[in-house]
Amino acid sequence: MKSLIQATIAIIVVTALLMYAGNAMSAGSGKSGKDTLTIFNWGEYIDPDLLKQFEKETGIHVIYETFDSNEAMMTKVQQGGTAYDIAIPSEYMIEKMKEEDLLIPLDHSKIPNMKNIDPYFLDLPFDDNNKYSVPYFWGTVGIVYNPSLVGDLDFSSWEDLWDPSLKRTVFLVDGAREVIGMGLNSLGYSLNSLDNNELRSATDKLIKLAPNVKAIIGDEITPLMINNEATVALTWSGQAADMMYENEDLDFAVPEEGSNLWFDNMVIPKTSKNIDGAHAFINFMLDADSGAQNADFVGYSTPNIAAMALMDEEVVTDERYYPTEEQRDTLEVYKNLGPDYLGKYNELFLEFKMSIR
Amino acid sequence: MQTKASKSALFPYVLWIAFFVIAPIALVVYYSLLDLHGNFTLENYKAFFTSVYLKMTLSSFWYAFLITFFTLLISYPTAYFLTKTKHKQLWLLLIIIPSWINLLLKTYAFIGIFGLYGPINAFIEVLGFDPKQMLFTDISFVFVSVYIFIPFMILPIFNSLDRLNPTLVYAARDLGASAFTTFRRVVLPLTMDGVKAGIQVVFIPALSLFMITRLIAGNRVITLGTAIEQQFLVTQNWGMGSTIAVFLILFMVIIMLITGQKNKGGRVR
Repeated sequence: MKSLIQATIAIIVVTALLMYAGNAMSAGSGKSGKDTLTIFNWGEYIDPDLLKQFEKETGIHVIYETFDSNEAMMTKVQQGGTAYDIAIPSEYMIEKMKEEDLLIPLDHSKIPNMKNIDPYFLDLPFDDNNKYSVPYFWGTVGIVYNPSLVGDLDFSSWEDLWDPSLKRTVFLVDGAREVIGMGLNSLGYSLNSLDNNELRSATDKLIKLAPNVKAIIGDEITPLMINNEATVALTWSGQAADMMYENEDLDFAVPEEGSNLWFDNMVIPKTSKNIDGAHAFINFMLDADSGAQNADFVGYSTPNIAAMALMDEEVVTDERYYPTEEQRDTLEVYKNLGPDYLGKYNELFLEFKMSIR
Repeated sequence: MQTKASKSALFPYVLWIAFFVIAPIALVVYYSLLDLHGNFTLENYKAFFTSVYLKMTLSSFWYAFLITFFTLLISYPTAYFLTKTKHKQLWLLLIIIPSWINLLLKTYAFIGIFGLYGPINAFIEVLGFDPKQMLFTDISFVFVSVYIFIPFMILPIFNSLDRLNPTLVYAARDLGASAFTTFRRVVLPLTMDGVKAGIQVVFIPALSLFMITRLIAGNRVITLGTAIEQQFLVTQNWGMGSTIAVFLILFMVIIMLITGQKNKGGRVR
């Protein structure tokens, strides 16, 4: 009994000390709720030095949290447990968050650096006049591969993935929209298809891909490709850029039948307690210098023209990452499917996963 | 013979059970009866009995069975020999320590160990065989899960073996039973409760493992846990997610009933 009491007291003392230390640390960098900014972003999607620089310039303390899917992000914002001031969802999710009334309209007068953004990426259908969102990065979905290990395949067509020589080598991302979308694209259908027959034949086509599939995983694919442990992977363009930066043997292709064009955008969720700070942060990220530094670090394509002027010529003219406007015509932006069809896509994705044995 | 004082002492526990046991289960059942638009329906239960979910349930059970079986196969002898060692508490501690490390961290470590250029393949190459990609197979999945569950199986078995009165074993040997017969007719029946407790602790969580299925098995193994995660976080179909959870609860109740019966059919009382 005595030792039990001692242990209990020890735990309470340690907890109290940790809490005190934690408080002291956060008090050192930011004084009150008004002076902190909570950012909710995808993993490995910002240069941490920029956060430090922002803290230094404005005196605002940044709390940084990450998510790994748009849906998980929205669920957390909806629950409202944390006062997120900035979130960076993709375009179809912004449509959905608008419908659910989860966003605060932007005050454009506080974001003068908007002028740096390529007009091509402004005023898009998912957010008229950029009332709620400002573009952060954009990119495509394609195939990263190791040319020395795949023979003559160059993945100019999705069909190449079905090649029998790729038995048990293809890695896919764990996302229903990406994988079902790829099935639809490979048959020439829209990746926003709401036609049950098209969805059925896309799934059947994917099930034929099953013998070639090695695994369906998330960000873990990056180290595997870098270490030559994986040969072919369906992935986002920026993730491919990361891999190719580390492993120069790799190449990236966006198949000609078409693929997904996506935009991630900065928004201010309804949970925000520091709306002025959030505007300051958006403006800071749109600055030419920080935009260029961030794009260099993250590897995705920036919509910021002023930043592109500061970046390596070779990078910004590389059509694999900065496709020309004609090439962009074959690409399609995800639309919000509504809950019923999102459910349907997920059921089909589950069915496809079950077929991998 | 309950006094008023002891009744009121029970009050906080009743409150605890009401809020943290009964209320959540009631909520899960309630949500399982809602469709995507918040209307009452039995559609979710119907959907569960489609081939996709039934296949998934079967494969979940199969893998949970495999994991439990191998965990038991390793843990029982380990626990048995532990009780025979000199510093058994120290050895036990050494076995328990790995469970202090975060589960996800251990899983990531295995990605490196099993990798094409990891230590295991390096060893295989030394032996003169071609390296093989061991990640993303169901064997690696079962291996890692067994590794993770072993401490949880050893503890209850160790405790029941440790409590076993050694004079019973001596008596059996004195009366002419062979070592094997002694084990089968005396030691095993008397430690069955520990084994049952171990099975419960392993089988039930194994049914709903989900992070390892992706990291180690690359989604080649799909468990009910994966499906629940998808329904809540991606599809946001809380109804269907809850329905799967309801079935998981039912399966658990059944397993508890099967493993919970005391000494039925046992030869020794």
